[in-house]
Amino acid sequence: MTYRFRDLLALEPLSADELTFILDQAKPFQEIQRHPLKKLAILRGKTVALAFFENSTRTRLSFATAASRLGADTMNLQAEASSLKKGETLLDTANNLNAMRPDCFVMRHASSGAADFVARHLEIPVVNAGDGTHEHPSQGLLDALTIRDRVGHLNNLNITILGDIAHSRVARSNIHLLGKFGCRFTLCGPAMWVPRELEKIGPPGTPIRCVYRVEEALEAADVIIVLRVQTERLHEPSLSQSDYILLYQLNAERMKLAKPEALILHPGPINRGTEITPEVADGPQSAVLEQVTNGVATRMAILYLLMVGASEGTHPALEVKPDAKSKESAHASD
Amino acid sequence: MLLIKNGRVIDPASKTDAVRDILLDGETISEIAAPGKISRANGAEVFDATGLVVAPGFIDMHVHLREPGQENSETIETGTKAAARGGFTAVCCMPNTRPVNDNASITRFIVDRARVHGHVRVWPIGAASIGSKGEDISEIAAMRDAGIVAVSDDGKPLATAKLARQIMDYCRSLDLPVIEHAEDVSLAAGAVMREGIASTRLGLAGMPAAAESVCVARDVQIAELTGARLHIAHLSAKASLEQVRFAKKQGLHVTCEVTPHHFTLIDEDVTYDSRFKMNPPLAAREDREALLAGLADGTVDAIATDHAPHEPAIKDVEFDKAPFGILGFETAIGLALEQLVHTDRIPVMRMVELFTTGPARVLGKERKLAPGEPADVTIFSLDRPWTYHVKGSASKSRNSPFDGRTFKGGPAATIVAGKIVHPD
Repeated sequence: MTYRFRDLLALEPLSADELTFILDQAKPFQEIQRHPLKKLAILRGKTVALAFFENSTRTRLSFATAASRLGADTMNLQAEASSLKKGETLLDTANNLNAMRPDCFVMRHASSGAADFVARHLEIPVVNAGDGTHEHPSQGLLDALTIRDRVGHLNNLNITILGDIAHSRVARSNIHLLGKFGCRFTLCGPAMWVPRELEKIGPPGTPIRCVYRVEEALEAADVIIVLRVQTERLHEPSLSQSDYILLYQLNAERMKLAKPEALILHPGPINRGTEITPEVADGPQSAVLEQVTNGVATRMAILYLLMVGASEGTHPALEVKPDAKSKESAHASD
Repeated sequence: MLLIKNGRVIDPASKTDAVRDILLDGETISEIAAPGKISRANGAEVFDATGLVVAPGFIDMHVHLREPGQENSETIETGTKAAARGGFTAVCCMPNTRPVNDNASITRFIVDRARVHGHVRVWPIGAASIGSKGEDISEIAAMRDAGIVAVSDDGKPLATAKLARQIMDYCRSLDLPVIEHAEDVSLAAGAVMREGIASTRLGLAGMPAAAESVCVARDVQIAELTGARLHIAHLSAKASLEQVRFAKKQGLHVTCEVTPHHFTLIDEDVTYDSRFKMNPPLAAREDREALLAGLADGTVDAIATDHAPHEPAIKDVEFDKAPFGILGFETAIGLALEQLVHTDRIPVMRMVELFTTGPARVLGKERKLAPGEPADVTIFSLDRPWTYHVKGSASKSRNSPFDGRTFKGGPAATIVAGKIVHPD
């Protein structure tokens, strides 16, 4: 199998087999993360443009680390420093970065569809690192990788997502991916964040229900995905934070309603004490830090598939010959 | 003199649907008779309309010509040229130019520019409030004397119920229609498409149908209060249409128009391509069905394009940052035939009415083919296949979602004041 698209803009168009293929490609890169010398040479001489038009620390660092561990160089554009502040259009900025001849364009933008828009105008692969409230494909993939590792499979799980689903690109990518494996979804949060239309956005036939009582959402859940309360995306008038905590915060008491083996994910950054209590976030059921580690492996797989393409032979990470001479790799293994 | 020979004359005013010859003499219609029966036609230029429909000149009562102020997107010259190509002989240009057409000197500027550079008749619409800011009433009487045919704060609704009441009261005394862009701006704030499954899937902020219909409900009640002539622009929601239907049953002077894009496309057609972004946004499937029913049963008075050109530099951007609006002139007849006539939803007579007597009545005008009437004629084909290529558009802009669409039937010739303005 090969990855049949030029870009990775969304998980919605990918089939279960294609998603499995990407996750399988990430597997050997997970091994690399445990290796003392983490640097490969697969993308040596290639350049990855990281264009983050919206603030991000974790995702940008994760892609930068992934590129570096594959041997690629990176070009960085960050919102504050960019000429967007000077009135340049997104298309002009993208064309200018492209004129510096990167081999792949990883972008985050506050507008839904921004990556799709740029991909229509560029000829190099575009990776959507989060577009508005649409999708966050690499997050959806790393979440699935984490679930698959912990649970053993992705099939027919009960997935509960808590929080502002309407404005969550992570939730959409989770639904589009896990829905392809027969998972059932319970979406829970205040009514204005959980519109009924969400029940119809998944793969055809995906059972999605919207509930407004957290107790109802937790029972029978195999996986609980807690979303960050995104104050920057709240539409006025916004909800009272104390009401949110009262009704929806994931705490130890409420966790008693869930299965004892239920897995807790959070795309980060966590607002401790708001959507989740520290004891739950740091407890044994939480896979929050595994998600971060898996993020690097997943993004290595994405860059590898888009920039090289899987070949028939062995996976490059299986014949690990980390470039011991590289300074970066020495630092990375500190 | 121009003799239009052998066309299928469809004239809603006289309920004519028959093959006729029409003789135009100067700027007026001179004679209409059975084929070959016009004796004074010797020496007249002949337009052979065999196999074509010959109708009174089409009116587009809702357009944006962008002059003065945004001439990179359109001018009166290019906009009226596109209108002529689309089969329109008269267009009503909305006042949201820069500066806003809220005084008689801007109105006269538009009228004068149109007289010199216009390919079709231009009937300006004046701003209801100064700067369309929703505060004080503009000099409506002075603008009427300069040539406006209606008032509107289009692009925005009449800002408050109180202003709507005052404008409607005043315009009733001036015998002018009030055209309302019905939108509750608080419900629509931040939205870039219709709220629904499609907007939820795309992660684009949506406005509910109620953003339009609550404003229509308000205005219908104020029309009842004042007795004014209220016209709802670009009506898109089923609930709004029901308000208009109710108002008509009460005998109120309430009318409405529907755009070709709203009776053709729905929210599920929206992609991240900003050529699918306009306000009101593409509505739900059931809204479109309701509009089609309203076009057939007479609840809808006019088809208007809301031709809204935007140059690529401002339109070809991220979906949520792009301005609202799409081109409309050149595809209107093609879409009306495709969606309404070829599907047997309405007869050609009714379609012609929606482009002629319908909008004329809203504006307090007449539109008919009869001796002594202005020689404005729209000639179109019912079956000739053609493909719309927006790069060849007469408009200065390129923002059409119908680029590349193939139509069955479309505009063949446009005659204004006895002169063939399309094809030139």
